[in-house]
Amino acid sequence: MRVAGKGLIDRGRSVPFTFDGVRYAGCEGDTLASALLANDVRLVGRSFKYHRPRGVLTAGSEEPNALVTVGRGARATPNTRATVQELYEGLQAQSQNRWPSLGFDLMSVTDLAAPFLGAGFYYKSFMWPRAFWERVYEPLIRRAAGLGALSGEADPDACERAFAFCDLLVIGAGPAGLMAALVAGRAGADVILADEDSRLGGRLLAEVEEVDGQPGHAWAQAAWDELQAMENVRLMPRTTVIGAYDGGTYGALERVGHHLGQRPDALPLECFWRIAAKRAVLAAGAIERPVGFRNNDRPGIMCAGAVRAYLNRWGVSPGRAVTVFANNDDAHRTARDLVEAGVHVAALIDSRPDAPRSDAFRVIPGAQVSDSAGRRGLESITIRSVGGEEKMQTDCLAMSGGWNPSVHLTCHMNARPEWRRDIAGFVPAPGAVPGLAAAGACNGAFSTAACLAEGAAAARAALKALGRSTPDLPIPEAGDDPYRIAPLWAVPGRGRAWLDFQNDVTVKDVKQAATENFRSVEHMKRYTTQGMATDQGKNSNVAALAVLADVTGRTIPETGTTTFRPPYVPLSIAALGAGAQGKGFAPERLTASHAASRERGAPMIEAGLWYRPSYFPDPGENHWRQSCDREVRMVRESVGICDVSTLGKIDIQGRDAGAFLDLVYANLFSTLKVGRVRYGLMLREDGFVMDDGTTARLGETHYVMTTTTAAAGQVMRHLEFVQQCLAPDLDVSFASVTEHWAQFAIAGPKSRELLGTLLDAPLDPRDWPFMACGEVEVMGVKARLFRISFSGEHAYELAVPARYGDSLFRLLLARAEALGGGPYGMEALNVLRIEKGFITHAEIDGRVTAFDLGMERMVSAKKDCIGKTLSQRPGLVDDDRPRLVGLKPVGAVKQITVGAHLFDPEDRAERVFDQGHVTSTAFSPTLGHVIALGFLKAGPERIGEWVKAVDHLRGVETLCEVCEPVFFDPEGGRMRE
Amino acid sequence: MSELIAKSPCAGLLPAEAGGLRLSEAELGALTTLAPFRGAEKAATRALKAAHGLAWPEPGQATGEANKRAIWFGRAHVLLAGPAPDASLARHAALTDQSDGWAAVRLEGAGLEHALARLVPIDTRPAALSPGRTARTQLGHMTVSLTRLEEHAVLILAFRSMAATLVHELKTAMEAVAARG
Repeated sequence: MRVAGKGLIDRGRSVPFTFDGVRYAGCEGDTLASALLANDVRLVGRSFKYHRPRGVLTAGSEEPNALVTVGRGARATPNTRATVQELYEGLQAQSQNRWPSLGFDLMSVTDLAAPFLGAGFYYKSFMWPRAFWERVYEPLIRRAAGLGALSGEADPDACERAFAFCDLLVIGAGPAGLMAALVAGRAGADVILADEDSRLGGRLLAEVEEVDGQPGHAWAQAAWDELQAMENVRLMPRTTVIGAYDGGTYGALERVGHHLGQRPDALPLECFWRIAAKRAVLAAGAIERPVGFRNNDRPGIMCAGAVRAYLNRWGVSPGRAVTVFANNDDAHRTARDLVEAGVHVAALIDSRPDAPRSDAFRVIPGAQVSDSAGRRGLESITIRSVGGEEKMQTDCLAMSGGWNPSVHLTCHMNARPEWRRDIAGFVPAPGAVPGLAAAGACNGAFSTAACLAEGAAAARAALKALGRSTPDLPIPEAGDDPYRIAPLWAVPGRGRAWLDFQNDVTVKDVKQAATENFRSVEHMKRYTTQGMATDQGKNSNVAALAVLADVTGRTIPETGTTTFRPPYVPLSIAALGAGAQGKGFAPERLTASHAASRERGAPMIEAGLWYRPSYFPDPGENHWRQSCDREVRMVRESVGICDVSTLGKIDIQGRDAGAFLDLVYANLFSTLKVGRVRYGLMLREDGFVMDDGTTARLGETHYVMTTTTAAAGQVMRHLEFVQQCLAPDLDVSFASVTEHWAQFAIAGPKSRELLGTLLDAPLDPRDWPFMACGEVEVMGVKARLFRISFSGEHAYELAVPARYGDSLFRLLLARAEALGGGPYGMEALNVLRIEKGFITHAEIDGRVTAFDLGMERMVSAKKDCIGKTLSQRPGLVDDDRPRLVGLKPVGAVKQITVGAHLFDPEDRAERVFDQGHVTSTAFSPTLGHVIALGFLKAGPERIGEWVKAVDHLRGVETLCEVCEPVFFDPEGGRMRE
Repeated sequence: MSELIAKSPCAGLLPAEAGGLRLSEAELGALTTLAPFRGAEKAATRALKAAHGLAWPEPGQATGEANKRAIWFGRAHVLLAGPAPDASLARHAALTDQSDGWAAVRLEGAGLEHALARLVPIDTRPAALSPGRTARTQLGHMTVSLTRLEEHAVLILAFRSMAATLVHELKTAMEAVAARG
């Protein structure tokens, strides 16, 4: 219910919303949780395992119970914490993990079966039959237990990623964080202040507290305004720092669009920040822990600090007759604030016999709450004291077992927190994260005055470390009540007392784990699943390990904590992977001829990041093979055009360019004549083949190297390495010019005729023998011409600056078509090269040597080169190695598939008899049958023999004849002509 | 007689605007990488000054003005943007024509670093990347050259083949920032 005169909400603005289809109204400034409580909705969800009715437990991001699905259809966001979700007009929320309805959930029968479903039950119960686990048991358990479900549709909302930098990152904007930001901000430092709340102030918004003579929230607002006016301070509300990483990098999740009913299409839902900070102050506050007692999970039982927050910040009392159960002084403020606001407090039960008394409400010292009752919400509690048990009517119990400093981030780099007996809590180890200092409640300083002082001190220390002067900022006056506590983790007694509300782990489960010898805290965690829900056990970790310590007869520091890992709050994969959906996954590299190829209906295939035309369908062709066969015949008979711009091109210059190439290539390049091209083979250090391609000598000290499309980056990196690390004395420099040139293969018997129609000066055949290169002019544009061939035909490659690529491609096609030719794509290119036995990375797959390719003589004897020595290891020049051969079918089966393995025809097709494998295959329209390339043991010595190619995956077995790898024009007359 | 028609890398893609930011294709003129020969660094510096009046940029620096710049372009490379290189430079440095290799865009407007922060993993705020500073860095998945031209303008160079992706990434970031209002 709303309480008059309380809260920081705007009561003048009513905000309608629905929960499970029922219409309610909240106020501007409400969270979904506060609005539900204001409407007396206490039951908001069902628990994970037992489907127990659950209500709001907390008022922050640690909430384990109040998880709802917000939105509908593809836009639905499951597992939204109602305590974090800000209310907006038209918000639609649904409860989760119930069927058919929240009030009547059939799966709640699991609660009756609870005695059989204790910790580890499924490890024991579903042992047999073995095969049932995957098909029956696991799906069954997954269906019964659960959280919200995804819609199954593609999410139309986008997220984004971003980077930020600062001198000082302040994490948390409570009193400590605000003070740290003020000190650093006034010193002129570059500050980022991040807080997960929509409003800065932290607990100052939730408490009746004076700072500097004004209400705490007013002081926080003034600090916020001052910081906002500083240009050197960046405020990041709704931003949760989720992890601390190496080098002062922090991950943070910003909720950008979740709180808006109407949002622009381009507005991301969330933003995942990477913040690089020179220094950081952790002012993350503390989280209150519940007390374990029988049936402590009913809707209406809440954390005492949360009850205070709902009252003071949102003007809501979660009950009409409230009881408080605590082991510390802090929780007494809940009763005090409620009474002052006019809410009836039935009693305050304090487990300490020396609990402070009050005139305003009844205090029962030295007593404990031992049970609760009420079907879908709290109706009464049982109070146990030396005098016996007493039942008390109440609709809201505010409980407090003390506060746990939020040490999580300080543990992300493997530090362990330290136990402090006086506050019965863990605090961060100093220096746990380099450059990060903890201040305030997360450091165990619980009073507002101490928070302000620690925040200021931490900022001053950071400024000093940054070499900045520190302004003398007076610390505002504030309350400095001591925090008195006597540990109480769980009330002894029968029945189930909940520790981990989200994963339904009870005190009994922890004891059971210890009984079964899972005594290490890490083992207990995994056996019971305590702390393994989406809230990561923020409310329950310390209590669970305290119970474990008690059962195993150890102290809490001896028992230790489990490992806190990022992310601090649940993080959507959409935010982590932002920008990577669809085409955002990788850049697209498009050639200059892309548009023209698409206009001709060419399907594209990806080659690395490049898009290359697969084939160019003619009208009437409805299968790629028809187009491909036609294009192959076209190149063999007239002329074909193919964009080869994607091949890597590296400009190499310098006095020692020739010597450098001799070092990186297996064969000689320093002897190449100017105006000539040579095919080269490049080895890795280990002697295997890295890449191949042609390199042209354009001038005395000027070469241009061509790499394969796939290995362009790798070769460039290799050249850099060789020059910088292996041959720094050579005077050579290189630059990638792949992108500068649009280069087209003009291949076929009519290629010279075509060029004749295009070049400004006619080609003199005597000046342009096979492997010649030089400058030409195409319609006044300076171009490079190379007489090289990857098809085995008389062919050229013509390169122009890329701006003319589109225009030249269209022109080449027109001229080619006039001669009976046209464009050809990757499929035809592949067939043409297989017919000629030319290799690609299908063959040079990283396991192949020059010897295997029959190119051992290319490894020059006249000089050393990278990889030469290791390529001569005995095992790499063994005749019995799988070596390159051609294959053609000779039996009834006419198909050879890539990946098929080769066996002797009489051997069984088993691994031990393996003789090699098939790397490339194609139907050759030139020869009229299928041809293939592959590697066969001692292959070149077995020409004419038969082998069988067996593809175990596709179930194809083909009897093949071993032949020379060059199927067509082995003398090479056609390309030399 | 037909002729070859030149097409710019971002033809049909730009300009674009969102919020107060504007993205347009930059006309830089000729682009030439200069890589001094061994031991010729000083001579190349002098030649660049004499021929084009440009100071040789230190790492992370870009010198010159609107139609004539020398941009540090990674280890051992300087990009001369604007004029065709004077022949005298060829004696001291390897010259490589890159004029058609790069898609060049200009992003301008107050707060442009907010859009860049969505894509570029370095600090691009004016204090860190002031006018005359340049970096070889990443933009999304692409490697780029990023130069602050003026207080509210940067020059971004990416591979020509990636022009469509470059424009798409930048537009998306600009629109996302604009949507925040």
